Amino acid sequence: MNTHTKMDAHHVMDAPDHRNRLDDMAQGILGTTMDRPDGPLKVTGTATYAHEDHPAGMLHGVLVRATVPRGTLDGTHDAAVLALPGVRRVLHGDRFLRNPAQGTANEAPVQGSREIFYVGQPVALVVAETFEQARHGAQRLVLQMTPGDAVTDPTADDIAVERDPDEQSSMGDLDKAMKDAAFSVDQTYTTPGHTSAAMEPHAAVAWWDGDKLTIRASAQMLKYNKNEIADSLGIDVRDVHMLAPYVGGGFGGKLGISPEAVAAALAARDLGAPVSVAMTRRQVSEATMRRSETVQQIRLAADADGVLTGIGHVARVSQLEDEDYAEPVTQATPFLYRGKNREIGLELVRVNATCAGSVRAPGEAVGLTALEIAMDELAVAAGIDPVELRRRNIPEVDPSDDKPFSSHTLEAALDDGAKAFGWDGRKTKTTDGDWLVGSGMSSAVRVNMIGESHARVTLNPDGTLLIETDMTDVGTGTYAILTQIAGEMLGVTPDRITTVLGDSDLPESAGSGGSWGASSAGSSVFLACERIRQEIAKTLDCDEGDLTLKDGIATAANRQVPLAQVLGDAPLTSTGVIEPGKTSEAVRQATFGAFFAEVGVHRVTGEVRVRRMHGSFAAGRILNAKTARSQCLGGMTFGIGMALTEAMIFDPRDGRLVNGDFGEYHIPVNADVPQLTVNFVHERDPWANPMQAKGIGELGICGAGACVLNAIHDACGVRVRDLPATLDRILDGLPEV
Amino acid sequence: MKSFDYIRATDTGHASAEAAEGAVIIAGGTNLLDLMKLEVMTPDALVDITRLDLKQIAATDDGGLRIGTLVTNADLAAHMTVRTDYPMLSQALLAGASGQLRNKATTGGNLLQRTRCYYFYDTATPCNKRAPGTGCAAMEGATRLHAILGGSDQCIATHPSDMAVAMRALDAVVEIEASTGETRHVPLSDFYLLPGDTPQIETVLRRGDLITAVILPAPAQGVQSYTKVRDRASYAFAMVSVAGRIAMDGDRIGQASIAFGGIAPQPWRDADAEAALVGQPATRETFARAADILLADAKPAKDNAFKVPLTRRTLIATLTDLCGKAAS
Ligand SMILES: Cc1cc2nc3c(=O)[nH]c(=O)nc-3n(C[C@H](O)[C@H](O)[C@H](O)COP(=O)(O)OP(=O)(O)OC[C@H]3O[C@@H](n4cnc5c(N)ncnc54)[C@H](O)[C@@H]3O)c2cc1C
Ligand code: SF4
Repeated sequence: MNTHTKMDAHHVMDAPDHRNRLDDMAQGILGTTMDRPDGPLKVTGTATYAHEDHPAGMLHGVLVRATVPRGTLDGTHDAAVLALPGVRRVLHGDRFLRNPAQGTANEAPVQGSREIFYVGQPVALVVAETFEQARHGAQRLVLQMTPGDAVTDPTADDIAVERDPDEQSSMGDLDKAMKDAAFSVDQTYTTPGHTSAAMEPHAAVAWWDGDKLTIRASAQMLKYNKNEIADSLGIDVRDVHMLAPYVGGGFGGKLGISPEAVAAALAARDLGAPVSVAMTRRQVSEATMRRSETVQQIRLAADADGVLTGIGHVARVSQLEDEDYAEPVTQATPFLYRGKNREIGLELVRVNATCAGSVRAPGEAVGLTALEIAMDELAVAAGIDPVELRRRNIPEVDPSDDKPFSSHTLEAALDDGAKAFGWDGRKTKTTDGDWLVGSGMSSAVRVNMIGESHARVTLNPDGTLLIETDMTDVGTGTYAILTQIAGEMLGVTPDRITTVLGDSDLPESAGSGGSWGASSAGSSVFLACERIRQEIAKTLDCDEGDLTLKDGIATAANRQVPLAQVLGDAPLTSTGVIEPGKTSEAVRQATFGAFFAEVGVHRVTGEVRVRRMHGSFAAGRILNAKTARSQCLGGMTFGIGMALTEAMIFDPRDGRLVNGDFGEYHIPVNADVPQLTVNFVHERDPWANPMQAKGIGELGICGAGACVLNAIHDACGVRVRDLPATLDRILDGLPEV
Repeated sequence: MKSFDYIRATDTGHASAEAAEGAVIIAGGTNLLDLMKLEVMTPDALVDITRLDLKQIAATDDGGLRIGTLVTNADLAAHMTVRTDYPMLSQALLAGASGQLRNKATTGGNLLQRTRCYYFYDTATPCNKRAPGTGCAAMEGATRLHAILGGSDQCIATHPSDMAVAMRALDAVVEIEASTGETRHVPLSDFYLLPGDTPQIETVLRRGDLITAVILPAPAQGVQSYTKVRDRASYAFAMVSVAGRIAMDGDRIGQASIAFGGIAPQPWRDADAEAALVGQPATRETFARAADILLADAKPAKDNAFKVPLTRRTLIATLTDLCGKAAS
């Protein structure tokens, strides 16, 4: 490569970075509401998603589902299907994925189509010339199955319960604290399964060139996904090339590879032609990931001032056999509030149902929602304002291990949110026509982390900039923020920056997921740019800290030089690498926020409408005010869905998902979502990463549902502990008409 | 999707002739195509009627309204006469589906849309309506959407239409052209069949029948409304809906016409409940008595017992509101 010098910048996050270097930069684009560079492509339909990439000669594959919850597949009547017009092949076998890989698995999940573990498990693929022909063949394929004994009801009394010792913790004496408490809450809360519900269904187009496989995928984490593909197929990862330049939402459902990707690769190899496998919405719901339902027993003990003396949070979740992942329901409970007497635990039961995995803020989304309802119950019991109750319970250090917080912003978020919402003058226990109106609030918290991430930045002699990483943009705004970070650091306007993402041949990033994408990939870009700045400073004979780069001009001391001139005729290329280090362990890192909602409950029907909702969030440095806000709006919308409408309905007799489409799986529609407002609370967290930015993708959903449910209680006195709060769960508590 | 022949009808006679040969009529396609993709319906041939001249809304000689079968749900909802003289119909249409669907969905297609029972859509489950004689997966399964009235031990699916509920309260009549060329008129009250032992037979339509129009009688007296209760604010089928019309006679109820959606295999009306209102004072006791009569035979399934109090409450509130408005 024709590079000036080879300049890598490798930084392990072992110590806080208090420099706040980005605050010193001059370009002025970071943190602005800059439009996404990919926006026009998306709204004009010219950004192609996986299934829209149609290489010449492409065939279509449609997966065939198992229709019993447990058993064996003894045979398939292929001949009849092969005789149908256009059908080219029926495939099944040992390499089929039983279920998706979990996030960051880096290896194949359970494989094989002979043994059946749940209704919906993909056990065969019918390949034909058109999608419709393949779908018809898939529908017609007769499966010979021997049903086995299935466990399909996670709430059955006699079900075996697993308790991973790492997930149980106990401190002090909670029973005693409960007995001695001035005020206490002891309740059970349940949440149903949730589907990720990304707009773009899972799809993959695969083709082979000799031993080399290329896959156009709908994927969140290519660094891991390519290994999962290679392992699933038994090939060398160097022969796998994955492309995911545009992804229409992931929400956890695309962290690991899913059955369609491997099936497409197998079929393409077998048929010597490109093969596309797109899942239907029902297949996405059945054969990718669900968030487990949860049963959560919460105990809160408080003294006369409402200060917690004890917290109990024991959750039960379910999973398919031979999968380790258990929805981390209690993840934030150990450090959110005070209280030295604790029982925190996670229990797992095995069911024959769709694989459980990461869906939209695993852990806090459901765990915090239940905890925040319990806190509201405590506030009511103690007669303390719910905002004040939370203020009184903010711990100085993480109560579970006495570690300091890297930065603690809950109080600031509570104050900011209460003010913005007008909490003191809120509508409470009032009416508006047929509507009973009330208000509620809840805290938001989400653990913060980074993952190892690499990015290459090239400053060209003409002053243009190229950013390359295998990072994905799952609709979140990665193209925008990486452009802004590099432009800010190197003084280049966005129109002169090209950001290339979603290609597994590019430097490996952490990928999109767990709210770590922006901080991780962003930091790698930052580091590469910082290294390039050092090189420019050297050329100009100044300190990097004294260098100002703006609009393509380098200013150092009393000199102003166009960048092009500084560079000569060779590009400057640097690969930045960020790695998590001691700061992950030395301190407790988290993002915080607060939600406020006003709802109406229809006095006749029990229907609930959110009338307004506000969130105040602190997530370190905000990289793009518009995309960050959009993340929060999406999270709050999910919160409304979790509170009011969303539930996967499984038939208890055979674990069959009965509402696998968007007609009956109710995500909130526009009419369910009122004007939402979002504030960001200023924060720079030196422990997080060199940008002092933190994860924001998931914070907006963590606890969001609780403010709605708490507002329902305020409006009509009905405490809904079994989510979602559909009208039948409210009706009984309403006054006669 | 199974491949099929496509026939474009040149006139109504052609359409019904093809239908008599076994072709399935396609209008907006918003329900039929979904069912074909899932192979719940697998026609060998479709006869497309969308180019036929059946899109008019016209006044009838006796002061009513003749609605061509191809009038879209959007156009019907927006029609000035419908909005002023049959407001419950406009409200019902606008409470259904989404803007995009209403632009495509037709009057006849709406009447004939199939149930939303979860199991009807899953071809791997038993369903007497989809595959007669296989059983009913819903009976012991998930039944939030299902009927509390009018079901049988073979099927407890609900009819999902909003429009049809309003039309039922408005005493609409369906105009049908048979393949013999003969036209007949069937009141909506006789149009739908209860599931009984043959849940696959949903209407009185015979092979080759084409719906050409729905006819509304001259506007009746009184005040009307359509109330839909559902699981989200829009784009969800009714848990319960009430299409009601009340005319007062002094301080007593003069006329009452009430139809219900979401609770039965067809738009539901109960003559006894209506009779219990007429001639009575507009009091809560009267309304409650009508609700008691309506729901006396209610047979909820596992998940839908809430529909009994919900129907009761919604009915009482609707009557309270309508009587109040009719009196003033
Ligand atoms: C996501 C979604 C949500 C919906 N929500 C609602 C809702 O909330 N409320 C509601 O009421 N509806 C709702 N609908 C249903 C919608 O109203 C119907 O799909 C639509 O009205 C059907 O009309 P169509 O013209 O598209 O019928 P098609 O799909 O073309 O036909 C439906 C049936 O009618 C038959 N048919 C059509 N025209 C004639 C004719 N002239 N003579 C004889 N047979 C005929 C067809 O053979 C077919 O069997 C929803 C639909 C969808 C997809
Ligand atoms: S209720 Fe009717 S439509 Fe539903 S499964 Fe039973 S028979 Fe089929």
